[in-house]
Amino acid sequence: MAGQTLYDKLWQSHVVVGRDDGSAVIYIDRHLIHEVTSPQAFEGLRLAGRKLWRRDANLAVPDHNVPTERGERSGGVSGIVDPISRLQVQTLDDNCRDFDIVEFEINDTRQGIVHVVGPEQGATLPGMTVVCGDSHTSTHGALGALAHGIGTSEVEHVLATQCLLQQKMKNMLVRIDGALQTGVSAKDVVLAVIGKIGTAGGSGYAIEFGGEVVRNMSMEGRMTMCNMSIEAGARMGMVAVDEVTLEYVRGRTYAPREALWEQAVAAWSELHSDPDAKFDRVVELRGEDIKPQVSWGTSPEMVLPIDGYVPDPANAANATQRMAIERALEYMGLQAGMPITAIRPDRVFIGSCTNSRIEDLRSAAQVVKGKRVASTVKQALVVPGSGEVKKQAEAEGLDKVFLDAGMEWREPGCSMCLAMNADKLGAGEHCASTSNRNFEGRQGFGGRTHLVSPAMAAAAAIAGHFVDVRDW
Amino acid sequence: MKSFIAETGLVAPMDRANVDTDLIIPKQFLKSIRRSGFGPHLFDELRYLDEGYPGQDCSTRPRNPDFPLNEDRYQGASILLARVNFGCGSSREHAPWALEDYGFRCVIAPSFADIFYNNCFKNGILPIALDEDIVDSLFQQMYANEGYTLKVDLESKEVVTPEGDTYSFEVDEFRRHCLLKGLDDIGLTLQDAPAIRAYEQRLRERSPWLFDVIT
Ligand code: SF4
Repeated sequence: MAGQTLYDKLWQSHVVVGRDDGSAVIYIDRHLIHEVTSPQAFEGLRLAGRKLWRRDANLAVPDHNVPTERGERSGGVSGIVDPISRLQVQTLDDNCRDFDIVEFEINDTRQGIVHVVGPEQGATLPGMTVVCGDSHTSTHGALGALAHGIGTSEVEHVLATQCLLQQKMKNMLVRIDGALQTGVSAKDVVLAVIGKIGTAGGSGYAIEFGGEVVRNMSMEGRMTMCNMSIEAGARMGMVAVDEVTLEYVRGRTYAPREALWEQAVAAWSELHSDPDAKFDRVVELRGEDIKPQVSWGTSPEMVLPIDGYVPDPANAANATQRMAIERALEYMGLQAGMPITAIRPDRVFIGSCTNSRIEDLRSAAQVVKGKRVASTVKQALVVPGSGEVKKQAEAEGLDKVFLDAGMEWREPGCSMCLAMNADKLGAGEHCASTSNRNFEGRQGFGGRTHLVSPAMAAAAAIAGHFVDVRDW
Repeated sequence: MKSFIAETGLVAPMDRANVDTDLIIPKQFLKSIRRSGFGPHLFDELRYLDEGYPGQDCSTRPRNPDFPLNEDRYQGASILLARVNFGCGSSREHAPWALEDYGFRCVIAPSFADIFYNNCFKNGILPIALDEDIVDSLFQQMYANEGYTLKVDLESKEVVTPEGDTYSFEVDEFRRHCLLKGLDDIGLTLQDAPAIRAYEQRLRERSPWLFDVIT
């Protein structure tokens, strides 16, 4: 028998009932819940008179709607100004109380963006199946878990049965060998991957990220990469378990200890693709070739290295592409042929489940230390991914560095990643953002997003336009 | 869930590639705690010239005259014709809810994003993937003929044009069965409750660290 991929192993060990066509009822080890995609699921349970299958598999946290500004935040749920946001967060609290689900409420230090909180608390672990009503659940695959986003009907399905009906995906290996240049981060790598395979490139696949670059990457970096698998079209991304994974997991609140730890580590040592495993598609990149990336358009695949030039629709390969480029240029207010470095952000956002972990904040702080945000930049927001990240950053004095540079230091949440709260772009404003999506209107009606790494966002804030952090 | 057997309906265009879920239903509408009422906000940013917000009366908002769904000829459409990678982006089920609430029962495109595709079946919407060339010719036919309709038959797995051209499509047997019958997934899975319990028992022995930790 041919060897198995990591995905094959994770899939197989979770099959409850297999069907002839290869699909299966899959057991779900961890279900993460947030306020946006769960209310209708709880309502569905109530209407059907169904019970929760297993309460200790669930963990809830509000993140999308929570205000990040200290004043508004200090009032807790009842202090949320927008009544619709308030009701949604309140509804999560009520549902968790009614169904006896553990929730980190709005001002709990453990609160934060669900995909930062899960790994940080050891609530998501290697070998698990992890789901959440949020497409960036792919993040948790960095731990060697099978993790993907689900819709609200599936949230209800998991609450009621602890299972999901799934089709098996094909296997794709994205291998990045060699070494990264100084100043180039996981975010640049994953943007380069998306630039190469396109936003539908991973459709139908489970992606495994491998190669020397990934092996040498921190857990934070791996999470950033797996996070954006969805922007590459794949529901899930994953990385094999190694020493880096174990070091990260050890000692976390919900991680196993002592004898159980030993037992778990032994089981997790299998969580890698066999040397003779067969992938349906292999994509290879060289670490040395990857430059800092900046997205110029309205889809994550519209991305270029920092020394690139905004594309000219006249050079498009076909009519569909030409139209897409024209539309993107118009929406983004950019001229064909202009250098990426000439783009001037009005706002800067450092945060989101892609890049709000401690390593991200350290790398941004290193760039801005002792400098001042350019006068043309209206606002530079730094939003830690969780209360724990915030605490750690403050212990290291990073908050001071940001504040001294003229940046704002906020309370944890999704913030300007998708503008469901008070943090948003004005129409026509450009934003250097460490988030994951640059769709039209994503960060606010008419807002123009440029996806970059934390170091690149920080450098743009200081310089007032995009610059190459390799020269910083 | 509403069953889907066959649908003959007016076809409307969404003529761009990579239509993401933010475009289908912008995030401000995700704040709702209900499942219904999203139809008036389907494609909100394209359909109206102002910025929409939840709970507003859409009847008096300025409409974008360049957006096809605002044209008289597409009123009452139940089949949406779209381009590659339709429904990419977030996992929000509000996207199929909005399509369904608007009146669409079927989306035809060369390809779909995985999560969106999955979510459609759970809401009585049939997503059909056809070859890019075929979709292209359907677009041309539709533009050329006002009142263009298609018949979509899930039983025979065929799309039939008014001229009688027939295109067969593929759909997972199980999903087809559930959609034809309007079956509730949860009820079906609960029939396997003993198997789930048995699996859980084995899991508890094999990986005890997964249990009773979050309490
Ligand atoms: S930070 Fe952004 S992408 Fe991540 S969960 Fe929040 S809204 Fe979604």
